[in-house]
This record gives sequence, structure tokens and C-alpha cells, in this order.
Amino acid sequence: MKFLATIGRAALGLMAAIGRITMFAFQTLVHMVRGPFYLRELAIAFLNIGWLSLPVVGLTSLFTGGALALQIYAGGARFNAEAVVPQIVAIGMVRELGPVLVGLMIAARVTSSIAAEIATMKVTEQIDALVTLSTHPMKYLTVPRVLAATIVVPALVAIGDIIGIFGGYAVATGTLGFNPAAYIRNTVDFLELKDVVSSLAKGAMFGFIAALMGCYYGMNSGRGAQGVGSATKGSVEAAAVLILAANFVLTGVMFSL
Amino acid sequence: MIELKDVKKSFGTNHVLRGVNLKVERGTSMVIIGGSGTGKSIAIKSVLGLVTPDEGEITVDGQDVTKTDRDAFLARFGMLFQGAALFDSIPVWQNVAFRLLRGSLKRPKAEAREIAIEKLRRVGLTPDVADRLPAELSGGMQKRVGLARAIAADPEIIFFDEPTTGLDPIMAGVINDLIREIVVEMGATAMTITHDMTSVRAIADNVAMLHDGVIQWTGPVAQIDDAGDPFLDQFIHGRAKGPIEAVR
Repeated sequence: MKFLATIGRAALGLMAAIGRITMFAFQTLVHMVRGPFYLRELAIAFLNIGWLSLPVVGLTSLFTGGALALQIYAGGARFNAEAVVPQIVAIGMVRELGPVLVGLMIAARVTSSIAAEIATMKVTEQIDALVTLSTHPMKYLTVPRVLAATIVVPALVAIGDIIGIFGGYAVATGTLGFNPAAYIRNTVDFLELKDVVSSLAKGAMFGFIAALMGCYYGMNSGRGAQGVGSATKGSVEAAAVLILAANFVLTGVMFSL
Repeated sequence: MIELKDVKKSFGTNHVLRGVNLKVERGTSMVIIGGSGTGKSIAIKSVLGLVTPDEGEITVDGQDVTKTDRDAFLARFGMLFQGAALFDSIPVWQNVAFRLLRGSLKRPKAEAREIAIEKLRRVGLTPDVADRLPAELSGGMQKRVGLARAIAADPEIIFFDEPTTGLDPIMAGVINDLIREIVVEMGATAMTITHDMTSVRAIADNVAMLHDGVIQWTGPVAQIDDAGDPFLDQFIHGRAKGPIEAVR
């Protein structure tokens, strides 16, 4: 009985958490379409989430594209299919690795930073201060970050896709003996519009999840340094798991039908 | 007038407010005293709507605080938080003029900055502080910036949460004098939470002692020394022995 009670409590806790996060997402969307809008905060969020994430996104994609080319070449050699490197790098980066890696990098860099910042604001009563200054914390803190991430992460994914493909190109043409012009032609010819659209759609969803989790955990942080630490850790865990789960669902919806 | 009628608030099994009844007359300064964890902050936050009471009614000028237009209601208030609660990411003047840069009280940026600098001067800070970030200021300066922010929009009602906590005695004296001057000058209604008996005597017109979730004693500050209430007596003299348990 005790065992069943433990399972029951865990299941109820999970359901309650899902309910709370869903409500938070819904409230965010409602505040997103109802003013006032804080354009300065939105601009800062664009800068922090988009521009300042470029180095980590670029480097991650570059190395992943290069490694992917090496793996595909080595794996393809087992059945004389080395020539498929450009196509597989392109499809692998654009459909899966580009959006997922950028999503996870954003979860690591942006979600953690949003959660820590908002949690610290909560602990130091800055959120209460916002309310007393007639400023809704959801509108001032959550909406700019979630909106900026939803818009800018697809752009980061597009950049990540291009740099990843370039990483594969550099390795393939530099060390594996591929012809540069043929590599680019094969890449461009093989990719379809659907691949690009799915990549950008995943980026938008991952950006939304990453910023939302940062804000949710920050706003619901416990007290003190430990509360801030737990909120930060929880936000990154939740964002990473939800990004991977959303990737599975979106891939299923876009490519299995 | 601010009135709390039988206000109750619990967090799980912790019954913080067990039926608080308190009246603060317009234009007077009420100081709420009481031990740590007795719910003084919760009482103030309930008035502002930062905490929702489980039971009871809170009115400001006869209007139920839960049934008013939130923006218009909050525009009447200013609050100094215990840790100042300044926004780290924006400079001091924007902290002070926060309310004047957005919402219903929005002014042109240059005018808002001018008002912010004037308020900073009012709390004894020079204009060169205006462009610094809050993290670059000492605790006392941050508190004064918090005070400037609380009075920036000339509120009718000002709340002070532990205004002198963490300050040296001289700076605490400066803050006490400032609060008293501001309240008298602006004719504002003030509610202050403090443990500091020097503050109580400097700031208060009336005092209320919160203990065990209820107002144990309330009356004019001049009467606190011979009120004859054993709880109040123990608290104001800081005695370990008495009806209030030292270990709570």
C-alpha cells in the first residue's frame, strides 16, 4: 500500500506540475496579445537570446557538422556509400541536429540565465516591487523573453544549419577529397523546402519552451540561494526534456504523415 | 483610511494572521512592531494585494482593495522594501522614475529623469549617483534610492518595510529623519514595519504590536512606555523573560 501511495503521490505531483506549466504558458500567450508592451525589454531579450548566443551556436554547429561528415564518410565506406556525405550532413543538420543542438544550447545558456535572474529578483523582492509599481511581472519579464526566444531561435537554427553544413563541407572538401562545387550542388539539390520549414518550426517551439521554462521556474523559485539554484537546475532539466520530447512529436507530425 | 477587519492568513499549518484588526487614519504614521515571523510583512503585503488573505476584509478609504481598479489603486502607493529591491539591470535614476517611465503616470523621459534627480536630492544623494547601477552603491545608499523610488510619484500612502535594518546607527537615524520629514511634508499616510525602537519613536504617531497573529496592543506612540501591556513592555525593553517566548 505504501508503495502504491508513493506512486500515486508522484503521479499527482506530475499532473499538478503539468497543469501549472500549461496555465503559465496560457497566461503568457494571453499577456502576449494584450498590452502594455515593453519594447525596451523585448530589444534586450533579442540581444541576450539571439545575438549573444551566436558564438556558442556557431561553434557547436560547426564542430557537429564536421564530425557528422567524418562519421558518415566512415560509416558509408562500409557499403561503398561515401558519396552520400553532403546529402546526409544536410538532412541531418537541417532536420534534426541543427534545431535540437541549438535548442539544447539555448536551454543551457538562456533558460538557466533567465531562471537565475528572475529567481534572484523574486528572492530580493524585486518582483513584488514591480507589482507595487503597477507593472505586471508577466508582461514585463515573461512576455519579452518568451516572445524574443520564439522569434529569434528559428533564426539561430537557420544560422546553425548553415554553419553545420559548412562544417561538413570544410571537412569533406578539406580532408576527404570531395569536390567543393559538387558538394554544394548535392546539398542544395537534396534539401527540400519542407526540411527547412520543419527546422525553423522546431526552432520556434524550442525557443518558446526554453524561455518559458526559465520564466516559470524563476517565478516559482524557493527562498534563498538554494531556491535560486534549484530553480536554475530545474528549468534547464525541464527545458531539455521538453525540447527533446517536442522534437520527437514534431518530427512525427511533420515527417510521418 | 486603511482598515483591516479580521484578516486571516495561513501557509499550510502555519497560521500567520489569526484575525488582524487595525485602523490607520489618513495622514498619520502607524508603526507595526512585533517579533520576527509574526506576520508584519504579510499584513502590509495583504493591503497591497501581494498576498491574498484567506479571510477578512481590507479597505482603503472604505473601498475593498480586492474590488478596485488595480492600476489606479497601486498608483496611490509607494513602498520601501527591506532590501530596497532595486532593479539591478537599470541605472539608479530609472529605478527612481520607474513608475514615471511607464503606465498611467508616464512622463517624457527628460522630465522623469529630472524628477528622479530631485527625489534623489531629497533623500540626500547627489545627481552623480543617478547614472550608476544599484550594485555600485552601499547598503545605505540603496535604501535611500529605494526611499526616493517610493516617493517618486508623490503617493498618498507609503509603506516602509524594515527601513533601518542592516544600517549603521547614523544612517538609520538619517533614514528615520527622512521618513518623518517626507510623511509630514507630503501629508501621506504611512505604515512602517520595524523592530527598531529608535525608529518607532522617531517615525510613529501610533503603534500597533502584532503578536500571535493578532494586534496585541495599539495606541499613540506617547503611551507605549506606560501602556501596561506585558507583551508590549517585554518587546520595547528587549527582555528575554516575559509572556513572549524567546525561542519561537
